[in-house]
Amino acid sequence: MNPVKFRETKIVLKNIHRPHSRRLKTYLKAGGYQALKKVLKGMNPQGVIKEVERSRLVGRGGAAFPTGLKWEFAREAKDIPKYVVCNADEGEPGTFKDKQILEKDPHLLLEGMAICGYAIGARQGNIYIRGEYFQAYRILKEAVKEAEEKGFLGKNILGEDFSFSISLYRGAGAYVCGEETALLDSLEGKKGQSRVKPPFPAFEGFQNKPTVLNNVETLANIPDIILKGAQWFLKIGSQKTPGTKIYCLSGDIQRPGYYELPTGIKLKRLLIDYGKGVKGELKAILPGGVSSSFLTRKDLSVALDWPSVAKRGSQLGSGAIIILNDTHCMVDIARRCAQFFAYESCGKCSPCREGTKRTRELLTNITLGRGELSDLELLCELQEVMYDTSRCGLGQAALNAVRSAILKFRDEFEEHIRERRCRFGICPLGKESS
Amino acid sequence: MKSRLKERIEKILTEYGGKRQALLPALHLVQEREGHISEEVISYLASRLSLPSVDVYGMVTFYSLFSLKKEGKNIIRVCVSLPCYLRGGNQILETLKEELGIKEYETTPDKRFTLEPVSCLGLCDQAPAMMINDEVYGNLTKRKVKEIIRGFK
Repeated sequence: MNPVKFRETKIVLKNIHRPHSRRLKTYLKAGGYQALKKVLKGMNPQGVIKEVERSRLVGRGGAAFPTGLKWEFAREAKDIPKYVVCNADEGEPGTFKDKQILEKDPHLLLEGMAICGYAIGARQGNIYIRGEYFQAYRILKEAVKEAEEKGFLGKNILGEDFSFSISLYRGAGAYVCGEETALLDSLEGKKGQSRVKPPFPAFEGFQNKPTVLNNVETLANIPDIILKGAQWFLKIGSQKTPGTKIYCLSGDIQRPGYYELPTGIKLKRLLIDYGKGVKGELKAILPGGVSSSFLTRKDLSVALDWPSVAKRGSQLGSGAIIILNDTHCMVDIARRCAQFFAYESCGKCSPCREGTKRTRELLTNITLGRGELSDLELLCELQEVMYDTSRCGLGQAALNAVRSAILKFRDEFEEHIRERRCRFGICPLGKESS
Repeated sequence: MKSRLKERIEKILTEYGGKRQALLPALHLVQEREGHISEEVISYLASRLSLPSVDVYGMVTFYSLFSLKKEGKNIIRVCVSLPCYLRGGNQILETLKEELGIKEYETTPDKRFTLEPVSCLGLCDQAPAMMINDEVYGNLTKRKVKEIIRGFK
């Protein structure tokens, strides 16, 4: 690929190659806070929201909800005060994209949040950051201080009649807090357990007030959309969900890493041109972390945007692309995924609390040679029940990987059950059970 | 409870206007200073925020970064999520257990290390990975892990 063109397609990671990219001075030199200036000096809040709506920006955290619409809901809501909350609780296994922005270009996020605050009529923003992101927290804290000192945050920003401040709030190690309503409870100093939706956070969010909750990467798109315009944004990437996406490659891949590319890039191209190929023979792909469904070699031509991946029966989510080669046993992998969700379920609603435990139990039994064929049907049924009845995305998505592994690699499961054999020699199958 | 710790807790409570939102920052502070959250701290926070003690206790057990038991001086968080597992994360955990002579969630008798298997740390491009305190260690091998731990000893 032409390196010049490559650089042109960067939006959220456009500054990270600069020396001292995290500093305000560097950010200003690169044209930082110009979008905020443009907004405050010459756009009304409705105009800002219209521009974001026209850009067709969708949430980069996983759910791909239209950002402009979310902002409009919060703006229209009658209650005050209103809040902007940034979800920096990056926790989906295989995702390490927001961290790059937080650590290397924090002002881009702060600017995006301030613009959102202006658009919806909020004076207060909160960044809920993962407890384990110690480094990012320190950098962000420094960035907020710098921005306050130079008048980009705080009272009467840039001398205008707009005040907006940003506070940081550290999570404390709970995957479920990446789910928006659990995040809000945690941000209020409670256990991170999901709320019933509706009402959605745009109407009743933080402290039950109208709240826009956006992912880090989503907010980092805002300054360029404002500065260069929705028309410019629409020309990048796929039509339905334009712009770029940071794809995180991990697992059995030659060059794991994060790559910001136009949405809709073909999976095959990402793996070959950027990942430099699979380590070993490709077996399966999780395109959206462990809460997505497995794709296989047959899906290499899929375009990496949310609607296209959904058509293949999977989910792009946060863009955590995990590659598995043919040395892995799918029963073992499915059990691992189940273990993760059983551990991370918050316990608030019974379908998820009990469902994740039973799934782990059933799959563990299969790996121990105590499974029955009917277990496979039971697991698929459990997936449907949990999808339909769990309160939040965690439970709804918890069995995606398990079910798709059963559907696409059924022979491996049957082999474990009928012959008590794991062709990879990974599962214990009763050898240790006595 | 030490008076300096109490002072710092009070400062956090004031900062958050006495609301329960102060709870997570206060627990972070105590965990960092004391290596655990004691019953005394739980009762104190509960009474200051007019919450039942069990509510504060629930917070401590819900979030994995807080602990009731006193943790070692150095906390080793080793990722056991899928991306690290695919690259041999299991061996890293086993090596740590061997090297330290303890099991998961245990602390060495000399109180120097606590071993915690954790969910994804966002270090998947350097899998398998772990953190010791707030330091990141990636692209681990058995040998590298041994060297790192011995370097601490």
